[in-house]
Amino acid sequence: MDIILNGEKKQVHEGLNIAELLTVLNIKTEQVAVELNLAIINKNYYENKILENEDCVEIISFVGGG
Amino acid sequence: MTKKEILKIGKYEFSSRLLVGTGKYATFKLMTEALEASGTDCVTVAVRRVNLTDQSKESLLDYIDRKKYKILPNTAACYTVDEAVRTARLAREVGLSDMIKLEVIGDQQTLYPDLTALIEATKILVKEGFTVLPYTSDDLITALRLEDAGAACVMPLGAPIGSGLGIMNLHNIQIIINRLNVPVIVDAGVGTASDVAIAMELGADGVLLNTGIALAKNPVQMAQAMKLACEAGRLAYLSGRIPKKYFEASPSSPETGKIK
Repeated sequence: MDIILNGEKKQVHEGLNIAELLTVLNIKTEQVAVELNLAIINKNYYENKILENEDCVEIISFVGGG
Repeated sequence: MTKKEILKIGKYEFSSRLLVGTGKYATFKLMTEALEASGTDCVTVAVRRVNLTDQSKESLLDYIDRKKYKILPNTAACYTVDEAVRTARLAREVGLSDMIKLEVIGDQQTLYPDLTALIEATKILVKEGFTVLPYTSDDLITALRLEDAGAACVMPLGAPIGSGLGIMNLHNIQIIINRLNVPVIVDAGVGTASDVAIAMELGADGVLLNTGIALAKNPVQMAQAMKLACEAGRLAYLSGRIPKKYFEASPSSPETGKIK
């Protein structure tokens, strides 16, 4: 199935949860926040949130800024 | 020297009155050295999508010692209340800070803030328990409205972001300092050390800057200059400057006992 990840279409296997997505992407959970279809997902629920076709996922972190 | 002062913004305490940005440095290593030299204990960061195409890129947070620096995420490049609020919520969800440097930009060329949107976003975020540090113009009425809305401090601009023009309207900044009860942090426009000193001499509670250090030819040395200027300006403010005399001089040496 396809999800929209940070604005780009990405193919992922069905049944993937957010914790697994972050692992696949090699992203440290303590440095990011995740939004699923405009709703923020609390870090404690990453494993419970199973992605569905055409879900819109945003993964953000901090970069240099003033 | 006076005893060590603490700057309080909401529930947070800072030993330095300089808040320093982490943008525009040539390398992360240079940034860490400049932050160290500035003496700051609060650094601003931007909220952006994780780079998924280039995983080799190092993460900013790996270079920021969180025992030493409090993290102040910003809502830079947000143009609406919704965008700014969404960005602030995401920033808090990272789990490192509930402070937010709230920017709602109104104009792309000058990066001047949209003041009505800023007040609205401040109200929403204060209600949600954020410690809100709004970046605003040097307008007294907006500053008062932000204070009423529950902002933890008010951050009027000295000059446009990244312009290096210094404090363009000393009088407006002074009026804001004079009238507000929450701390006033001069944010944006600092070009060199004297700009920081002037803000602090006026009685500002602190100064937030980024470009003035990051794009100096020698950022680490400039960071040190900013630190010294901040301390010098603060001491001068606390010491009580002499009033300005526009029309007469006053000799420093005794007028009696002069040889004849």
